Amino acid sequence: MTDTRKSPSLFVFLAVLLGFTLLMTLLSEGYGSGHLSTSFIKTLGKTLCLCLAALAMDLIWGYAGILSLGHMAFFAIGGYMIGMWLMYARTREIVEAALSQGGLPATPQELEQGIASQIFGVVGASDLPAIWGFAYSFPLQMALVVLVPGLLALVFGWLAFRSRVTGVYLSILTQAMTLALALYLFQNDSGLRGNNGLSGLQNLPGLTDVGQDKLSMWFFWASALALGLAYLLMTWIVSGKFGSVIRAIRDDEARVRFLGYSVEGYKLFVFTLTAVIIALAGALYYPQAGIINPAELAPTASIYLAVWVAIGGRGRLYGAVIGAAVVSLLSSWFTGGRAPSIPLGFGTLDWVNWWQVLLGLTFVLVTLFAPKGLGGLFDTLAGLRSPNRRGAPLGPDQGALQEREALK
Amino acid sequence: MSALLEVSGVTVSFDGFRAINNLTFTIGAAELRAIIGPNGAGKSTFMDIVTGKTRPDSGSVLFGDRSQSLLKLTEAQIARVGIGRKFQRPTVFEDQTVAENLTLALKAARSPWRVLAWKAKAADQARIAELAAEVGLSDHLARKAGELSHGQKQWLEIAMLLAQEPRLLLVDEPAAGMTPAERDRTTDMLVDIAKTRAVVVVEHDMEFVRRLNCKVTVLHEGAVLAEGSLDHVTRNKDVIDVYLGRGE
Repeated sequence: MTDTRKSPSLFVFLAVLLGFTLLMTLLSEGYGSGHLSTSFIKTLGKTLCLCLAALAMDLIWGYAGILSLGHMAFFAIGGYMIGMWLMYARTREIVEAALSQGGLPATPQELEQGIASQIFGVVGASDLPAIWGFAYSFPLQMALVVLVPGLLALVFGWLAFRSRVTGVYLSILTQAMTLALALYLFQNDSGLRGNNGLSGLQNLPGLTDVGQDKLSMWFFWASALALGLAYLLMTWIVSGKFGSVIRAIRDDEARVRFLGYSVEGYKLFVFTLTAVIIALAGALYYPQAGIINPAELAPTASIYLAVWVAIGGRGRLYGAVIGAAVVSLLSSWFTGGRAPSIPLGFGTLDWVNWWQVLLGLTFVLVTLFAPKGLGGLFDTLAGLRSPNRRGAPLGPDQGALQEREALK
Repeated sequence: MSALLEVSGVTVSFDGFRAINNLTFTIGAAELRAIIGPNGAGKSTFMDIVTGKTRPDSGSVLFGDRSQSLLKLTEAQIARVGIGRKFQRPTVFEDQTVAENLTLALKAARSPWRVLAWKAKAADQARIAELAAEVGLSDHLARKAGELSHGQKQWLEIAMLLAQEPRLLLVDEPAAGMTPAERDRTTDMLVDIAKTRAVVVVEHDMEFVRRLNCKVTVLHEGAVLAEGSLDHVTRNKDVIDVYLGRGE
């Protein structure tokens, strides 16, 4: 049975996304009037990728009730995988150009050596690690964007769900996973340049003639397209029987088992699917950011993801997108030094430092007083209300929908 | 008559306490059976063992024509081989509509990929409408289950159980919280269902058991104390001592 209330939001969402994309294109430096700077277009493009990640987070947390606090690890891994190709191919161009100045074409060995020492000189190595074996090929490295996070999620999820780890224990386990990965990548011999990370990712190989003003628009369009397609996919997933099963698991998983569904299988499916979607979002994000380092896998990054979904309102796809867009745009405004400092007599309120406090406070207030989040405003406008259950949640499980999150 | 479920020599201990003690129980393919017994007699534990929630320390649980052992199956697998369970308190998915609840229960493939590709066919919709009509919820298909009355939730759960098309139904105190009229309807329904499948009813209410008019198994301290017609077991001295003697 399709929840008919969710279908109108699909068309509204896609129309708004299309309109927004067109408007930004018309105002861009690359293809329009130039009212918006290239760096602002990059910020918007990155924001669209974060919205895509939030959409996946909403599927796993808002719909399936699994509060994973490690999904940004998959985002970063996706970024690393595409970053390896970008960095390799770009360095290859530079090394080829440098070597050919001698008059003779470079041998493959010379080329390989040149690339390796260019990329790894910074960590005192001159050999290309084995994990860079596919970095020469865009299709192979693109396959790794999907396969590496997918397999990691599959193995991690299988171990965790098979042992029936749920609730806060699962959240802690996922935090440990992302922290462990970050610590591993911080090492110089991890093969991914330690804390230097990968850089220069904004330069696309073979496209040196195309300016960043145009490239930023290409990525902006790709991000908007990815978000639109993902929204379609998610709407299809959650409105069908599959969505019904995962919402049932969120509210009362023991009951779902007695209906004959393998709860662990569904959790693993959703965990892996969302990991892959988030990895693709990361693969679109980091070429716009230009740089990726292990700090991107910090546990707080994944907590932010949950905060966006909570502020936007979990269990509503549009809520996740609104939450991610509003919070991350505000965040870049406040921390970008553009927000005016407020003199308070005894000191100055400097937003770069105080923004996190404001965000934390907002999170607490939303959780306490407006559990439907920003997305809930649309429900109120549409005349949808919460049921009166005298405070009882909609199921016995920890992740179950709470009374004030639910709709009649 | 060949047995559908054969529980033999099953023992379960929790921290030294023997909840089930060398229990043996058999039910045929189309049979109605009531299980009665005082609190702590092991009725719930018995259901937990059959549905895979609790693993016994020893003994065997065999099901179906090929006498498949249930002890190595997960709860979900046991549900798929054809055992349905109704809990004492109505457990329906409160945030989902009556139709969604029934769709979830409807007999169909349960794997994620198959469920993702599933689309309601005309036959499925007809079956859902038929089940809803059978339990008087036809006008409530689009309502969220959380809004239903206690009795309606019980009915919805029974309809969900039927939608699963199990070969064996385990029903825990179906009449709890029902009006006398609803109880009568429940009785008729259970008797009717038991014409084609096996039904085990765990019940406290003697009047309700009498109306079921079926073979009764009395549990006490995790073992079978007596078995037979209600009149037969109520005349049994042991039964009178441990159960009926307590002020009934």
